[in-house]
Amino acid sequence: MAEAIAFYTLAAFILGFAVLVVTTKDTVHSVLFLVLDFLFVAALYVLLNAPFLAVIQVLVYAGGIVVLYLFVVMLVNLKRPPEAHQDPHRLSKLGFGLAGAVLIELGAILMSGYLKAPPAAAATPAVLPVVGNTEQVGWLLYTRYLIPFEIASMLLLVAMIGAIVLAKREL
Amino acid sequence: MIEQFVIPTLKILIVLNATLVGVSYMTLLERKVIAWAQSRLGPMRVGPSGVLQPIADAVKLLLKEDITPTKADRWVFTAAPVISMVPALIVYAVIPFGPVVRLFGRDVSLYITDINVGLLYIVSVASVGVYGIILAGYASNSKFPLLASLRASAQLISYEVAVTLTLVSVILMSGTLSMVGIVNAQYNAHVWFAFVQPVAFVIFFIGSLAETNRAPFDLPEAEQELTGGFHTEYSGMRFALFFLAEYANIIVVSSVATTLFFGGWLRPFPHVAALHFLDLIPSWTWFLLKSFVFLYIFIWVRATLPRYRYDQLMRLGWKVLIPLAIANLVLTGIVKVMLL
Repeated sequence: MAEAIAFYTLAAFILGFAVLVVTTKDTVHSVLFLVLDFLFVAALYVLLNAPFLAVIQVLVYAGGIVVLYLFVVMLVNLKRPPEAHQDPHRLSKLGFGLAGAVLIELGAILMSGYLKAPPAAAATPAVLPVVGNTEQVGWLLYTRYLIPFEIASMLLLVAMIGAIVLAKREL
Repeated sequence: MIEQFVIPTLKILIVLNATLVGVSYMTLLERKVIAWAQSRLGPMRVGPSGVLQPIADAVKLLLKEDITPTKADRWVFTAAPVISMVPALIVYAVIPFGPVVRLFGRDVSLYITDINVGLLYIVSVASVGVYGIILAGYASNSKFPLLASLRASAQLISYEVAVTLTLVSVILMSGTLSMVGIVNAQYNAHVWFAFVQPVAFVIFFIGSLAETNRAPFDLPEAEQELTGGFHTEYSGMRFALFFLAEYANIIVVSSVATTLFFGGWLRPFPHVAALHFLDLIPSWTWFLLKSFVFLYIFIWVRATLPRYRYDQLMRLGWKVLIPLAIANLVLTGIVKVMLL
């Protein structure tokens, strides 16, 4: 019961801040609402008994990536009024199209078996030789999900090299 | 009921109040120590030898007019001092002042909570604190605060990398992220981690000086270049909050250094039977004593060293400290694997 109350309160805040992120006129305020949103998502992870994920969420997203967003937004100064659109409805039509596609996708997932048979792997967590949230995350990353993990780190390395190549005039 | 609510609430109240008093007296300590270093007396007028000076300062700052610049971003301008103060205070939730002790017929732990991601919690909360500085500079809508806040946040982000890497070396030694667990690991290892990880400790200390915007890395407050710093447009208590946050951060960093590298609440040589009389001194006193040494060193460094130039600061961070921290981490890993 208490868990349900906590979940719906957090979910309401997350959705509310998410709406504010896209509706606020001032871009810096919008980024700040994004930070609040990430903090509440971290609280949701705590509720799910995943403290490691919660802390990493704050460290990487709220404390790391969004700071860089804020730098970009502050330095390019988006405060001047936007120029008039040619067709004000063009973008909203696209938005409705995309939203409809996501809705259909979610519906398809829901129909195609999630309701009929709950996935067995998720229902019974694998027995791990280590205890503790952090240890379990580490164990899974370096055993079952080793290859995706390595691919993700390669991707980050490539992105890093790309940024250096872009930023440096002559190598 | 009492175990679940009353005791934690009491602990939070005691820690918060002790911290705030400590922070305000840190200002007096700083003024006194720097005065002695410069052959002056420091504040002497309010109370005997000026011991009531922080209270007089607080009253003065509270009574001052609180000005918001006309062109400022009002909401963000108000929130910025709060954003820099709150992370500095909530970090104390995981700092262990002592082990579980018997108090009034109950087992009471001398820490608010011991979560199993304690160290990561401290790092992540500290990383949120940077918003206070960035937003203060941005919301003032004035060029010098903006420049100062960009400097401050670039500095924070750069040195955070090196500091976090040294923490990973400590985690490798202790095998746990819990702050209490790290102290216990030092008890079981019969040695403070500062002696097995001296490189990590030195990098951690230098990085902490930079992260708390202290001399010789106090570029965000370089008066000659920036007419003050990111808080130029602030006045009254809101101005004071930035300084209180800075001092609170210094105390946090000192406590973390004590816990990670100097055995936290452990007395010197906890396994030597001949020194058992030292157990008469309560564990939290050892913790406070060790932290106090760090606070003193912070002030001592400020009174001694001149300020770095900005390019020197960045070069030191990226080209010296981070490679050194990575090398230390790799070496620690190799030694750990070889010995096991």
